[in-house]
Amino acid sequence: MAGNAPTSTEYITHHLQNLTFGLHPDNGWSFAHGAEEAREMGFWAINVDTMGWSIATGLLFLWLFRYLAKTVTSGVPTGLQNALEMVFEFSNGIIRTSFSGHSKMVGPLALTLFCWIFFMNSLKWLPIDLVPQIAHKLGIEYMRIVPTSDPNATLGMGFAIFLLVIYYSIRNKGFSGFAKELSFRPFNHWALIPFNLILELVVLIVKPISLGLRLFGNMFAGEVIFIMISLLPFWAIWVLDVPWAIFHILVITLQAFIFAVLSVVYLSACFEEH
Amino acid sequence: MNINMTLIGQMIAFAIFVWFCMKYVWPPITQALTERQQRIQDGLEEADRARAELHKANEQAEETLRESREEAARILDNTRARANQMIEEARNDARAEGERMIANARSEIDSEIQQAKSELRAQVATLAIQGAERILESSIDEKKHREMVDRLAEEL
Repeated sequence: MAGNAPTSTEYITHHLQNLTFGLHPDNGWSFAHGAEEAREMGFWAINVDTMGWSIATGLLFLWLFRYLAKTVTSGVPTGLQNALEMVFEFSNGIIRTSFSGHSKMVGPLALTLFCWIFFMNSLKWLPIDLVPQIAHKLGIEYMRIVPTSDPNATLGMGFAIFLLVIYYSIRNKGFSGFAKELSFRPFNHWALIPFNLILELVVLIVKPISLGLRLFGNMFAGEVIFIMISLLPFWAIWVLDVPWAIFHILVITLQAFIFAVLSVVYLSACFEEH
Repeated sequence: MNINMTLIGQMIAFAIFVWFCMKYVWPPITQALTERQQRIQDGLEEADRARAELHKANEQAEETLRESREEAARILDNTRARANQMIEEARNDARAEGERMIANARSEIDSEIQQAKSELRAQVATLAIQGAERILESSIDEKKHREMVDRLAEEL
């Protein structure tokens, strides 16, 4: 816990504050001290903890699968190779069942999404105070280790998917085809073009936002519950903490899976002919 | 917890991860797995083929076994028949030989009897004449009487 005997509110808000680095109007380039300063930094600031942990988990994923790619043989797989191949086959299964088009990118994308989000989510299993306490000892004031409980990370991935959807829609259907699809659905009449356009654009925009917010919502809620549980007396924490952590085996995997599958489904729609 | 540049940073990180995965991770794994799939398929086909061949070989072996068994039985039958025949022939030969020997002996006996008879006959004539000479002590027309006695001996 930060500071000397913080109140519950202080404890919770402290745990929900990212380590933000940015240009503060008064302090210049600095780490934000508290939510207030972080807000004052505006858009041109960066959550160092979110970026750091997400890149670290991403590198872990890439390292693991690069290891697999190097050691993989067409012979009998053993040990870690076996486990990683299972994950690989799993994400390959997502493509086979949900993706109708042909793309060299979607397979790696699904694998990356599933594994990366899974690793980011699973940071939640670390004791809630462990890393922030260590960071505090090292003089770092704030540390949120679960990147997916930061909307920046989840919406970032969502918007990346959104850009890909736009890119593939235009590449496969042409700009006019894409525009026509937006204008003449669901009602195929010229007078309803504005209405169609609004409807379809909302649908288009809602996809990445819902992707990002779903993941963020689940992870954030889980984190808040963990923080609440850790406010209990130390001898009672495990009573609620353990079941909640076990429950998160499901949540963590499921959210990673849902994000990957929905991304693939959204991308698949770009390859479909209407 | 406000939206800031982290959003863009995350997008860039994501793009780099996907690119790396697409470039260095996905292709070798897919290739290896496809190869393995091919190998497994080949193996299964090979196994099927081997199984069919084994089945054929078994049938062939059975066929050969049956044929040789039949052949053996045939040879045995032939041999047995041949042996029986040889025994029969030997028996017949022996019987014929025996009969021939008996016949020979019989004819030899016959001829000996005949010889003895003729010798006896000759001797009888002489004896009779001598006996008669002695009885008669007289001169007898030897020539005349000899003829008579010879005729007598002939009738013996």
